[in-house]
Amino acid sequence: MSDITRDEVAHLADLARIDLSEAEIDKLAPQLAVILEAIDSIADVATDDIPPTSHAVPLTNVFREDVVRPGLTAEQALAGAPATEDQRFLVPRILGED
Amino acid sequence: MMDFDEALEQFDPALGLEVHVELNTATKMFCGCPAAFGGEPNTHVCPTCLGLPGSMPVVNGKAVESAIRIGLALNCSIAEWCRFARKNYFYPDMPKNFQTSQYDEPIAFDGYLDVDVEGETFRVEIERAHMEEDTGKSTHVGGTTGRIHGAEYSLVDYNRAGIPLIEIVTRPIVGAGVKAPLVARAYVQQLRDLILALGVSEARMDQGNLRADVNLSLAPKGSDRLGTRSETKNVNSFRSVERAVRYEISRHAAILAAGDAVVQETRHWHEDTGITTSGREKSDAEDYRYFPEPDLVPVAPSAQWVEELRGTLPENPTAKRARLQAEWGFSDLEMRDTVGAGALGLVEETITAGAAPQAARKWWLSELARRANEEGVELSDLAITPAQVARIQALVDEGKVNDKLARQVFDGVLAGEGEPDAVVEARGLAIVSDDGALSAAVDDAIAANPDVAEKIRGGKVAAAGALIGAVMKQMRGQADAGRVRELILEKLGAGEG
Repeated sequence: MSDITRDEVAHLADLARIDLSEAEIDKLAPQLAVILEAIDSIADVATDDIPPTSHAVPLTNVFREDVVRPGLTAEQALAGAPATEDQRFLVPRILGED
Repeated sequence: MMDFDEALEQFDPALGLEVHVELNTATKMFCGCPAAFGGEPNTHVCPTCLGLPGSMPVVNGKAVESAIRIGLALNCSIAEWCRFARKNYFYPDMPKNFQTSQYDEPIAFDGYLDVDVEGETFRVEIERAHMEEDTGKSTHVGGTTGRIHGAEYSLVDYNRAGIPLIEIVTRPIVGAGVKAPLVARAYVQQLRDLILALGVSEARMDQGNLRADVNLSLAPKGSDRLGTRSETKNVNSFRSVERAVRYEISRHAAILAAGDAVVQETRHWHEDTGITTSGREKSDAEDYRYFPEPDLVPVAPSAQWVEELRGTLPENPTAKRARLQAEWGFSDLEMRDTVGAGALGLVEETITAGAAPQAARKWWLSELARRANEEGVELSDLAITPAQVARIQALVDEGKVNDKLARQVFDGVLAGEGEPDAVVEARGLAIVSDDGALSAAVDDAIAANPDVAEKIRGGKVAAAGALIGAVMKQMRGQADAGRVRELILEKLGAGEG
């Protein structure tokens, strides 16, 4: 049985910038444990001759020619930004949360 | 801070260098946006490098080729199969909230670079060279210093986000002792020479094409364990690499000697004051939650492709240095100084452009080294090209200027006044060998110095020096000294024959 502690859930949530309440952590920890358990059961059937699979298609070396293609204008790029200044994305102070 | 020499009596330093090389491909690593330096903010961007929903990356084949060539030049093994990985972190310089990098499957691994340090060869082992992408450029607004601390907000330009980077990581370099700062500097210099020879990057440290992070730890002398390390980020000149290592050795030694523990952290290098200050404490590798990049298929270079690329490698740097030294007829000391000043490539190009080896060496290592030192920049950052240096030497060889005037031509070229010939023209620097003008100046000098003239008439030819000096002064140094001498002797009937 895989186990995931409350502390681990809280840490992962923090890394992923997901704000979880204590109650949510209590609820999610056992649910995540069940998911991990399901994944563990795959390990039971995977034998040594089955390589771990990270990609759904068996392709390698899909490369692009090094040729410039048109992108966005600055106006287009910034159109969805909540705030801009001097043709740049304006973001809140960066180290404030530490 | 402990005195550097004292620190090395008590401790053995271990160095580690991480160098990021921005490739000079036409396009970014995973999209077709231009990878050119600069540009108006946010004009080299597209949905992929902005991390917009639904966009899909595709690997730049040329960047993989460059990565393999760098790996081969560093005597690395090339992975038969490797993947990209997501390095997850939240920082607005990467709009995707992750950087596409490589984790436990670098494209190149287990290599070395033999580095010349004051005539001694030092083997620096390369742990890995992996492919990744550069981040956007943040400008911090508010606060007093323009630095990240105290800033009210930041402005981000994503032109640089996604430019192909190769990160080259050394194994811990131990046993360098008192030479550790020089080894670090020489490694970065000679790595840069190699990158330039490969032609895969502009490798300009001042433009951030080549950036070094310096890891340093100390262990008590004789111990075979590594101490806790600090990682000094973005040390952006050869000189600073050397200075940062020296500084960190003294800093660590003082902490350890006081019985305290070194904190594992990143440090910021301050070019102006030559010190490092605390950055952030280093997160554990797990905190980045690396996982294989699902949007990019693995890279599996065929043995045939790798061997083809091996055939395109430039000459091995150590062999090349030996060959050039023999060709140029430099002494060991001259060669060592040239390499040490980071001038090998510049001198070589100057010679290729037509200058004699000793002349090329002289200009770069004296005149230009002095100016670079005064400005606190690298030789390669000076606003003059090897071809221009060669042209100035040609002007000397042709007798159009002498060494003294040549220095003024250097002034002009460095000040942005154009090519050497244009500077000579605009500043009126050409030597006067026109007899009319010289003859008048010689007559003046003779008239002003009758005693000297009399001596020369009496056969004391050596006294001519004083008159030559007077003529040169009147001509503001722009006279052909040999011709002046001839004219003086002619006029005073004291031929040397």
